[in-house]
Amino acid sequence: MRQERNNIFENIDWVLVFLFITLVGFGWLNIYAASKTEEDVELLSFSTKYGKQLIFICCTIPLIITILFFNSKFYEKYASIFYIISIFCLLLLFPFGKEINGAKSWFNFGVLGLQPSEFVKAFTALAVAKLLSDRQYNLKLIKNQIKVFIIIFTPAVLITLQPDAGSALIYLTFFFVLNREGLTMSYMIWGSILIFLFILTIFFGYFPVLLVLLAFITITVIYMIYKRGQRFIRFNWYKIVIIYIITILFTFGTNIIYNNVFKRHHRDRFEVLLGLKTDIKNIGYNSHQSELTISSGGWTGKGFLKGDITKGDFVPEQHTDYIFSTVGEEWGFLGSSLVIILFMLMIYRIIYLSETHSNKFGRIYGYSVASILFFHIVVNIGMVIGLLPTVGIPLPFFSYGGSSLWGFTVLLFIFIRLDAHKNYDW
Amino acid sequence: MQRSFLLYFLITIVGCVFIGRLFQLQIIRGANYNPIHNSAVKTTYDYPERGYVYDRNGKLLIANQLSYDVMIQPNQVKPLDTIEFCNLLKINKESFLKRLRKAERWAPYLPSVFLKQLAKKDFAFLQEKLHKYNGFFIQKRIIRKYPINAAANVLGYIGEVNESLAKKNNYYQAGELIGKDGIEREYESYLRGKKGKKYLQRNNLNKVTGSFSNGKYDTLSKNGKDLTLTLDIDLQLFAQKLMSGKRGGIVAIEPSSGEILALVTAPSYDPNMLVGRKRSKNSTILFNDTISRPSYDRGLLAAYAPGSPFKMMNALIGLQENVINEKTSFKCYYGFKYGKRANEFMGCHCNVIGKPIKLKTAIAKSCNSYFSNTYKRIVEKDNNSSEGLDNWHKHVSSFGLGDYLGYDLPAGSKGLIPDGKYYDNRYKYSWNGSTTISNAIGQGEILTTPIQLANFTAAIANRGYFYTPHILKKIDKKTIDNEKFTMAKKTTIDKKHFDPVIEAMHEVFKTGTGKWSQVKGIEICGKTGTAENFTRIEGQKIQLPDHSILVAFAPKENPKIALAIFVENGGYGSTIAAPITSLIIEKYLTGQISKTNKYREQNMLNLSLQDIYEKLKLKPKKIASGTK
Repeated sequence: MRQERNNIFENIDWVLVFLFITLVGFGWLNIYAASKTEEDVELLSFSTKYGKQLIFICCTIPLIITILFFNSKFYEKYASIFYIISIFCLLLLFPFGKEINGAKSWFNFGVLGLQPSEFVKAFTALAVAKLLSDRQYNLKLIKNQIKVFIIIFTPAVLITLQPDAGSALIYLTFFFVLNREGLTMSYMIWGSILIFLFILTIFFGYFPVLLVLLAFITITVIYMIYKRGQRFIRFNWYKIVIIYIITILFTFGTNIIYNNVFKRHHRDRFEVLLGLKTDIKNIGYNSHQSELTISSGGWTGKGFLKGDITKGDFVPEQHTDYIFSTVGEEWGFLGSSLVIILFMLMIYRIIYLSETHSNKFGRIYGYSVASILFFHIVVNIGMVIGLLPTVGIPLPFFSYGGSSLWGFTVLLFIFIRLDAHKNYDW
Repeated sequence: MQRSFLLYFLITIVGCVFIGRLFQLQIIRGANYNPIHNSAVKTTYDYPERGYVYDRNGKLLIANQLSYDVMIQPNQVKPLDTIEFCNLLKINKESFLKRLRKAERWAPYLPSVFLKQLAKKDFAFLQEKLHKYNGFFIQKRIIRKYPINAAANVLGYIGEVNESLAKKNNYYQAGELIGKDGIEREYESYLRGKKGKKYLQRNNLNKVTGSFSNGKYDTLSKNGKDLTLTLDIDLQLFAQKLMSGKRGGIVAIEPSSGEILALVTAPSYDPNMLVGRKRSKNSTILFNDTISRPSYDRGLLAAYAPGSPFKMMNALIGLQENVINEKTSFKCYYGFKYGKRANEFMGCHCNVIGKPIKLKTAIAKSCNSYFSNTYKRIVEKDNNSSEGLDNWHKHVSSFGLGDYLGYDLPAGSKGLIPDGKYYDNRYKYSWNGSTTISNAIGQGEILTTPIQLANFTAAIANRGYFYTPHILKKIDKKTIDNEKFTMAKKTTIDKKHFDPVIEAMHEVFKTGTGKWSQVKGIEICGKTGTAENFTRIEGQKIQLPDHSILVAFAPKENPKIALAIFVENGGYGSTIAAPITSLIIEKYLTGQISKTNKYREQNMLNLSLQDIYEKLKLKPKKIASGTK
């Protein structure tokens, strides 16, 4: 075994660090534009959003050094402890959490609020990596699948109960990881089909969808009988009946769940997106304003601090979830495309690096990081540019908020730490 | 490596979709992006002064005056001395609280009207003390003022633009002022001018933070244009006075230009009623009066059977179609028998029994038999009634009857001139001149409005052509050059045929029904008429007192004025319509009423038909049984 390195920055992937600094820095400029008021206040101050964010950014430096300071083995060894602590934190929220916007997802420490769910992602990724990297572990076994599902969905369920369904949603992204590690594709395929049918049912109403589905199945069955003869029926009749029943139950179920389990505001968000409702004053206001703001940017944007819609505070939550609309307005098509490309490069780079790991733990963790970032970017930017329904999750490194920034910093730099150490045999 | 392909693939796809969407939003949609339609830009308007309106002699008809509205912005209101404030505004405390609540409900951070159109002297007091009341301020508004109480039907009024119009028309915002009737409506685009726009930068709390793009897109307001009307307001006032106590309409036209000299409807109202604080109360009174209908312009809208004046039309067509000439004569025995049965008989009051009657006498004495014969010959000329009537219809239409005349006022009625098809449908192809004989004397299906009759008279006065009647003379002191009004329209009747008819009309005022209304030194040509009118009560056709009708022009040579007058339930034309006509003509041509005719003026001013109208309103059935 080689001697531990003396320099904590040795073998660090500077490409990722560079992308991190660029995104955080550019993100801050946009937060500054979105939250700047006429009175000029000093930059490092708790009285303004941009001042606070600058302090948060400064705080990431000791955080990063601490993360890099520890041996990569430390993270593998104590992954389960981290995970259990984070679950414990989530549980503590129920008695001690502070309620903001109807969800108990914050611990309050005076000036500072911390949102544990932003950190739990990283620790869940560690736990998943630890479990899957076990040499004895085989994802083909149902027993093992259930184990990993429990690890993934425990935090997801706790977060849903806060209730913060948007933040819980991102745990679905671990399916990419599981898939990479050998889980059968059928979960994802069936999941996608169900989501697709769900949307169709909402859009067209359950009855036409049901009719089309039944017709489709019947035609397939007739085709099979024609091709294979009577034997097909004899051996498969129970499967056919089950498929029919599932189809009927699913479409009716969708209808019932959609109308009774979904809250009014969830339904509204869906319906506005699908064009079933046009209400740009209330429900669709955010999306409409955000699209309008982005559209006004043109090729090169209006210039830094010159976005008049941003200045007028017309897009709600513009410094947090809708920060990308500021990019669109002030930096235009070129600026916003660049941000998307930077994010793409970061994810490509993480996957590429993960695949070079000889160590399974590092690879799985890296893949989790890539999937989490991917999911956040898809859901957030998709929402801001009006392609996906409104789900309140932050844009990594960009959105205002200490917890979110630190959560992603921890997520990324643990990977950088693991990656720096990948060539050592440990 | 293979399994990681999925995520690589998805990232690439999503990246492309997102950049594509950004392209769609920012480049394709962004190309149509107009910086001033941005939610961060607040548009404020600078309202120009609305144009003034003058009569043909330069007398001011519509001017502007300032009015002061007390405005409120509820979120800036601080505790105040309510009693003193209420005293200043002359309202009570309940009213104060009600208005305050209303403004708060509307929007606490937006200004809204607290009290409309403050009296001038209240404003002076209030202005000194207003600084004490936070959240209240004064907004000046320009409203209309009518120095002369006349011609409300012509001038119209202005009112606020409602939501639905504001949505349809992108010039107007809800609550702005727009012409609602009369010339205010017809010439809205000239009178309103162009409002100036100022673009201000604002934030989501509607707080203005500065001008937008340093005022690059701002525009200046342009004042409205002043209009000069063809009306002679003195004549209009005089005619309105003569019509007091009566219902009906008078339209006077200058034949040589088509300019409308007077357009009277009675009863009417003071245009100032629809201005100021009492406006809404008054408009309810005016528009809900369904019996005397002061807001209904009878001169333009009232379509009635024209009666005897229409006989000239048949005479002209007869001459043009060569079925009669000046020397043609018919005999009349108390009327005209148009069928074999006893009841197929039209009575006549010409009192020339058994002697041959020629055209001149026929018009002067208003002989029904003569025109029945003429009409029958016109319609049955080629043994095809339908074609004959179509031909007749063509001639009548050339005088502008049976359709909108095309004058420049928003109210109008087509009237009705039947053609062959009309009766084909009605009588299933078995009809002839006799079936439709009422048309000969201007009764039956024919309907005309006073302005159509006046125009018809002007065409006779001009011997065969007319100018479309119009009310606008000048825009900003520049005479209009709209070809619609400056090009003469020819009728289908040759000039030579008018002379005998005009001679006959002259005879009417010399020896006929108008002889008691002569004016010394003025050769008036005219024709009185009586239009029967019926109403249906409980399914029964009931005859009401006749409407009195008269058309006239003067002088005979080089006519200066042509007019039509109709008085509802006014009986024979000679008793009310004729004296009023001669008074108007005398007043217009000589500028005054001569001493010898003063008694006539007095009579007409004193004459009121109100008793008849009251009776009609109460027991129409009984009245009906009492008449012929």
